Amino acid sequence: MSANTAHSVVEPSATTKRVATVLVVLYAVITMIPLAWIFSTSFKSPPDSISYPPKILFEPTLEGYCNLFTSRSRQTQEYLDSLPPPQGVCEEIARERQMVVVSPSKFWPRFLNSLVIAFGSTFLAVFLGVLSAYGFSRFKVPLADDLLFFILSTRMMPPIAVAIPIYLMYRELGLTDTALGMILLYTAVNVSLAVWLLKGFIDEIPREYEEAALIDGYTRMQAFFKVVLPQATTGIAATAIFCLIFAWNEYAFAVLLTSGSAQTAPPFIPTIIGEGGLDWPAVGAGTTIFLVPILVFTVLLRRHLLRGITFGAVRK
Amino acid sequence: MAEIRVENVRKAFGEFVAVQDSTFTVADGEFLALLGPSGCGKTTTLRMIAGLELPTSGKILLDGEDVTFNRARDRDIAFVFQLFALYPHMNVRRNIGFPLVAQGVPRAEIRTRVEETARLLQIDHILDKPVSGLAGGDRQRVALGRAIVRRPKCFLMDEPLGTLDTEFRDVMVRELRELHNRIRATTIYVTHDQLEAMAMADRIAVMNHGVIEQFGTPQEIYSRPASLFVADFIGSPSMNFIDFSAGIASGAQSVRIGEAEVGVPQLREDVAPSGLVLGVRPEDVSIDDDAPLRGAVYESEYLGTTQIVAVEFGATLVKARVPATRSFRPGEPVGMRFDAARLSLFRRDGGKAIRTALHDGGAHG
Repeated sequence: MSANTAHSVVEPSATTKRVATVLVVLYAVITMIPLAWIFSTSFKSPPDSISYPPKILFEPTLEGYCNLFTSRSRQTQEYLDSLPPPQGVCEEIARERQMVVVSPSKFWPRFLNSLVIAFGSTFLAVFLGVLSAYGFSRFKVPLADDLLFFILSTRMMPPIAVAIPIYLMYRELGLTDTALGMILLYTAVNVSLAVWLLKGFIDEIPREYEEAALIDGYTRMQAFFKVVLPQATTGIAATAIFCLIFAWNEYAFAVLLTSGSAQTAPPFIPTIIGEGGLDWPAVGAGTTIFLVPILVFTVLLRRHLLRGITFGAVRK
Repeated sequence: MAEIRVENVRKAFGEFVAVQDSTFTVADGEFLALLGPSGCGKTTTLRMIAGLELPTSGKILLDGEDVTFNRARDRDIAFVFQLFALYPHMNVRRNIGFPLVAQGVPRAEIRTRVEETARLLQIDHILDKPVSGLAGGDRQRVALGRAIVRRPKCFLMDEPLGTLDTEFRDVMVRELRELHNRIRATTIYVTHDQLEAMAMADRIAVMNHGVIEQFGTPQEIYSRPASLFVADFIGSPSMNFIDFSAGIASGAQSVRIGEAEVGVPQLREDVAPSGLVLGVRPEDVSIDDDAPLRGAVYESEYLGTTQIVAVEFGATLVKARVPATRSFRPGEPVGMRFDAARLSLFRRDGGKAIRTALHDGGAHG
């Protein structure tokens, strides 16, 4: 840089920016490799998926997805010959492997369970979180600091540390393997995060807005819904994403507490491996589909998420 | 339209007493300025009248009705906040109409009333803009619009011009006063700016440390300050204070300061020998080379038509506002004459004004 060029002390130099860009891209690529591998595996045939050296180029097939969504059984050639011609892609693929589709698999109900439990618990955690955060932020709550610390302290150990007491308690209450039980559990884990995050956001909203609404003739409840909530959307969105990611990905409690009707997708996907050999394409397909809702949700709210992550870094 | 009465109102936050037993009445249609330095309790007083804070003790009456424990929304008052508090997620039209929505006014009527208000404030061209992009003055007008659209009993304003730049403030001061002249609603206006208070208010309450030191018209406050604090706070440059010790009998018309005899308004009370303060406004000091009060020029500040000359007098600097026709050199010996009819006397201890022919009324005169 020549001596007479104006330069900013805040703005990084061009070289710094270039180096930073390269590093960020490199990091993005490295983190994307496993995802890309899972995605490509989902379109491989089972032999391609375990070939050595691994195949980058291969002939894509929907076998993984078919195996994920169906249960099949092996049949004798004579029986297969006696059947009418195959209907649909999955039936065709099964015939090639000397099998017939018997029934749809349990993946779809498990996936629905995941949706209900994750979104249900996220909604509850954010709803309870925003109400308590508002209370802590605006009213004189006796022992507010101690209560907030207590709420935070529930995050100080890994949730799984209380797995056995929770298991016993749930068994007594009849909550094991119920969607309600899982929603309550994930809500309990997430609500502390929600309270703390949202309190920060609500603290930033000037009280004058509600006071103006109170004077303009609204009750505090109306002021909360009409004035505070619309301004807390960023905080609510960021909190919702964090809560959803936890509830969506949670594995340990799901394995422990669900086995049948309320089982979520994370404990279900590994069980595919056990069914008739190592069916990696089906696992890849399950994982790929499993990623979609969180991806959509995050992309929809990414603007808020970014602000949620950098929250607290820049204060006035 | 209403009369506001504040009776023995006191507000304590834990150990800290923000407002101490204040009593005052704002007549129907009157413009009162609550004036004082920051932290003096003026905003707390306003918030208690609005219903945003509950007094620790005392009563607040609106038109004779005790509203101390009424919620803000049941008081029919409008409040203009220091930072305007325009709802950021609504446009100008919805902001102004928001109080009417709460009252359940029909949509068509809201529309006409919002537009009427906007015309009055000359903001009809920005009605459909979001509030986030507005300039300070327009925000101010929108905040005012939201207050007047309801036609409330009274207006409370908390330093509404505090965030505007000086030039624009003068414009808004005029507009606010004109608006008040037009709609004649009882208004309480909180400010720390004496010029705003002087320019707009019918009456001023000067507050300090939670106490109303003086309640009166701008003229009374300026020429007959009830305490040292008021005398010092109002006026720029502020009043000159000359310390002396004496005992004075009622009826006396002069006091002795050092070697000189200084004429004062006739005393109306006996003062036991004690520390006293003579207060004299800079414009009541004239410089006269033959005058008995001798000093030396310390510095002079040229202001165009007038100049402020600081004269070293004993241990204090006495500032005189004199015509700019004569120039003074630092160190030049001069004599000063005070306008006897316009002097104030205070007790050093407690700062209360001593009753004289000029100061007859006491704090609420």
